Amino acid sequence: MTDLTDLTIAAARDGLAGGDFSAVELAKAHNAAVASAKKLNAFVVTTPELALEAARASDERRAAGNTASAMDGIPIAIKDLFCTEGVQSTAGSHILEDFVPHYESTVSRKLKEAGAVMVGKANMDEFAMGSATITSYYGNTINPWKASDGENAGKDLVPGGSSGGSSASVAARIVLGATGTDTGGSIRQPASFTGIVGMKPTYGRCSRWGIVAFASSLDQAGPMARSVGDAAIMLGAMAGHDPKDSTSAQMDMPDFERGLGKGVKGMRVGIPREYTVDGMPEEITALWQKGADWLKNAGAEIVEVSLPHTKYALPTYYIVAPAEASSNLARYDGVRYGLRVEGETLDDMYMNTRAAGFGPEVQRRVLIGTYVLSAGYYDAYYVKAQKVRARIAQDFKSAFEDADVLLTPTAPSAAFPIGANEQDPVKMYLNDIFTVPASLAGLPGISVPAGLSSEGLPLGLQLIGRAFDEVTVFQAAEALEQAAGFTLPKFDLGEG
Amino acid sequence: MALDRETVQRIAFLARIRVDEERLDQIAGELDTIIDWVEQLSEVDTEGVEPMTSVADMLAPQRVDQVTDGDCRDKILANAPDAFDGFFTVPKVVE
Amino acid sequence: MTYIIQGETGDWEVVIGLEVHAQITSKSKLFSGSSTDFGAKPNTQVSLVDAAMPGMLPVLNEECVAQAVKTGLGLKAQINLHSVFARKNYFYADLPQSYQISQFEHPIVGEGTVVLDMPDGSTRNIGIERLHVEQDAGKSLHDQDPRRSFIDLNRSGVALMEIVSKPDMRSPEEAGIYVRKLRSILRYLDTCDGNMEQGSMRADVNVSVRKASTDDLNTRCEIKNVNSVRFVMQAIEVEAQRQIEVWESGGTVDQETRLFDPNKSETRSMRSKEFAHDYRYFPDPDLLPLRLTQDFVDGIAAGLPELPDEKKERYMSEFGLSAYDAGVLVVERETGAFYEAVVAGKRDAKKAANWVITNLFGALNARGLGIEDSMVSADQLGKLLDLIADGTINGRIAKDVFEVMVETSKDPGGIVEERGFKQVTDIGAIEAAIDEVIANSPDQVAQFRGGNEKIAGWFVGQVMKATQGKANPGMVNQLLKDKLSS
Ligand SMILES: [Mg+2]
Ligand SMILES: [Zn+2]
Repeated sequence: MTDLTDLTIAAARDGLAGGDFSAVELAKAHNAAVASAKKLNAFVVTTPELALEAARASDERRAAGNTASAMDGIPIAIKDLFCTEGVQSTAGSHILEDFVPHYESTVSRKLKEAGAVMVGKANMDEFAMGSATITSYYGNTINPWKASDGENAGKDLVPGGSSGGSSASVAARIVLGATGTDTGGSIRQPASFTGIVGMKPTYGRCSRWGIVAFASSLDQAGPMARSVGDAAIMLGAMAGHDPKDSTSAQMDMPDFERGLGKGVKGMRVGIPREYTVDGMPEEITALWQKGADWLKNAGAEIVEVSLPHTKYALPTYYIVAPAEASSNLARYDGVRYGLRVEGETLDDMYMNTRAAGFGPEVQRRVLIGTYVLSAGYYDAYYVKAQKVRARIAQDFKSAFEDADVLLTPTAPSAAFPIGANEQDPVKMYLNDIFTVPASLAGLPGISVPAGLSSEGLPLGLQLIGRAFDEVTVFQAAEALEQAAGFTLPKFDLGEG
Repeated sequence: MALDRETVQRIAFLARIRVDEERLDQIAGELDTIIDWVEQLSEVDTEGVEPMTSVADMLAPQRVDQVTDGDCRDKILANAPDAFDGFFTVPKVVE
Repeated sequence: MTYIIQGETGDWEVVIGLEVHAQITSKSKLFSGSSTDFGAKPNTQVSLVDAAMPGMLPVLNEECVAQAVKTGLGLKAQINLHSVFARKNYFYADLPQSYQISQFEHPIVGEGTVVLDMPDGSTRNIGIERLHVEQDAGKSLHDQDPRRSFIDLNRSGVALMEIVSKPDMRSPEEAGIYVRKLRSILRYLDTCDGNMEQGSMRADVNVSVRKASTDDLNTRCEIKNVNSVRFVMQAIEVEAQRQIEVWESGGTVDQETRLFDPNKSETRSMRSKEFAHDYRYFPDPDLLPLRLTQDFVDGIAAGLPELPDEKKERYMSEFGLSAYDAGVLVVERETGAFYEAVVAGKRDAKKAANWVITNLFGALNARGLGIEDSMVSADQLGKLLDLIADGTINGRIAKDVFEVMVETSKDPGGIVEERGFKQVTDIGAIEAAIDEVIANSPDQVAQFRGGNEKIAGWFVGQVMKATQGKANPGMVNQLLKDKLSS
């Protein structure tokens, strides 16, 4: 029998349907993978018993002939930013170390109801603030990939972030899929760093209810998987209107797989010439060009488009996101849940608790956010950023008059060694330069593994679509996937 | 340097994060670098542009006025570090 | 009748603006489905949202929006079809989110007016600056434990209207009348129960002083959370005094938040809360801008009840009441309804007003009762007026009958019967009484016949006495004249 951890979600679905194996066998295989890959530190909490329980229930449903969905019996990881009922939910932070919610986030509940089997809570940058999964209180996650060549050969690499536990565990075949959340690139950039597919849907497509908030106007949950088709299947189980989230879109749900297999004949693919930075490796520009050629050969029409405010997206993001975060994270005050460090007065208790509970990067962003909202700076920074944000959104509107989807690199580099870029925040922030613009505009974006760097590390290409047009994005992504013919190697995760 | 020790002290108190004296300069430096970097936004002409507070172009949804929640004190207090007799507690506040 | 305070350096006047927090009448909270009932066990009316659990999100209560618009219309105010909820960021023990969802740059209601009915019958217009909707905080109990304060979040998230006046008031009395009038309007509208004891209405009072008849703008102090009309007036008095003393002793008043202590009758600084506050308002990204249609507003306007000012107008024009009487009758919707039930479209409206205001209110106040628990029904009072009108009893007797009605809640007709209060209109009986009085008072008769007309009144009194006041005064006068001058 084939290795169950090698399957795609689609293949596993068919195998379960055909009775080739049971959900329990599938869960056991993945529980074992979780156990054997501990050195990646991809999980904050593992839940093997819950997984088996859920798998048994899935098999019973199937036996009774009422399988819940394509996800029924599929082992997945849930990013630890999602509150999961009865299971520790830490957001990668010390301040929530002992927090066990009495509620289930809407997205993880939908997956549960769809029959998905959670094997654990995936590690992540603290409060999703990071691009390398190095700010987690529970230790950094290691990328299963290793550079075969160059200065970084053999070094431990970052899996990207903030959804690095999710990306590493999907790439390492520990799970068939994982949830991620993306505020400025936290699904797409780690997908690119680990050679998997990561989709950030349109803002409002997935409910934010029960997901620990980072930046409310940007946060969006999405699927991470080993194929475009799998991502589409999984998003179908995650998305949908939720009356408990006032920003959740009241839109009927498309069949996200609708466009698959249709090809891109006649599709207009826009190339935004501004998507480049100084010092970006030539090989990324080359891969980007290759991607355009692949789609062209598949029948798409390549058009040049302009997104003039692209270079301002990152600074805009680093005002808007910290501002919202400084307010969203104010509730961690040691009173109702989480860490509390006593103090003489109420303010002492607050200050002790938050100094001990938040790591340096979170403190840095909370302070920045507090500063840009404070008296005398609000208009100069926050309001100005919101205006530039409007300009950026307008850029995309005009671009989509000439194009149906945009093609860009996902990140300006491949995965880098743990420890790199850590001294210089701004340099670290540059990881998200190509993913942040779509986040600010609320548009759907996907990263598809398209090739390898000279060091032998995966590189992704990003496709950005119109609001609520994930179908077209998946359709183009599949064409890219087929042309690229990228194959994920098997990693040796033997204890070490 | 626009963002000095005193500023860091002020915003750290607003954010209720204790910052030790000896870390003030270092943090001021880090924050100042970031602020200098974001200041490039001043180059952008935003004359007459409406600030964009949300990408969701829909109206605020509203619920009907019905009691559908609450009455779950145990759930509410379950994670509290120092709940007592049905209350949350904090260090004594003198007004 | 301007309010002037004499200081050592001359006369001072006080400038007052009020921010009233009124709890919106609704079943559930502003952004969550938990109950707003008063007096429940601690933390039993708290949802995950009210406790600001991680990942919880607010969803707006449509009734609270409608109530705010209704109130705005009742205050003759501008309704803003576009308004925005913003976060007011500050840490406090009873504020779970560490921010209050409020409205800042774009409130739902703009400028309006409240008309004050002054005791002398005149009116004063007080400007409304704005009305915005916001969340209430929880409650801290400081006296339960030596080292800890206890937090109850039942109130957390309850919907409030903050109604901000312009600094148009010039005396404690005006401020008191303003709060009462606002309360009256909110109760007419059913948008707030106005229950100050339960904290459904609290006032933040902004006070500054300046030399009389100048337009100086001096530093103001905000006295937080004053919870009764009496305290509002006292707080203004003592705070104005304090500020005058500060200025006159060469000091300066610094802008700050103060607390009123009714026991010591003084205000004291709340530096604790004051220190370095910077609320960092910004639009709440969890909530989209609130947009109303003109149709929605018009629909609410169409359903507005008659408000105190309009009712007062009507009582003056339709019933010919004085401004004062009309003003008194319309304070509570219930008293107006009672009064109109007494008049019942047929009775003498002025007499009815007198009876309600002087006799009924007198009796109720004496017993500390409200109109809703009046022992005399509007119908019974009406019947009493009928008995006077048709001459069955005279006005003097009517007061005695009313006393019995108050004690027994019986119908006036029955009381008059069983207690023989009936007015004597039988000529024979009255003549007999007169003859007896004349017979027993030869001197007075002589004086009268000697031209002392005034003494006629004395005879009337004697005859009424002889008939225990039941004789019809008109007949007594007539018969006396005839007999004395014959
Ligand atoms: Mg106020
Ligand atoms: Zn307020």
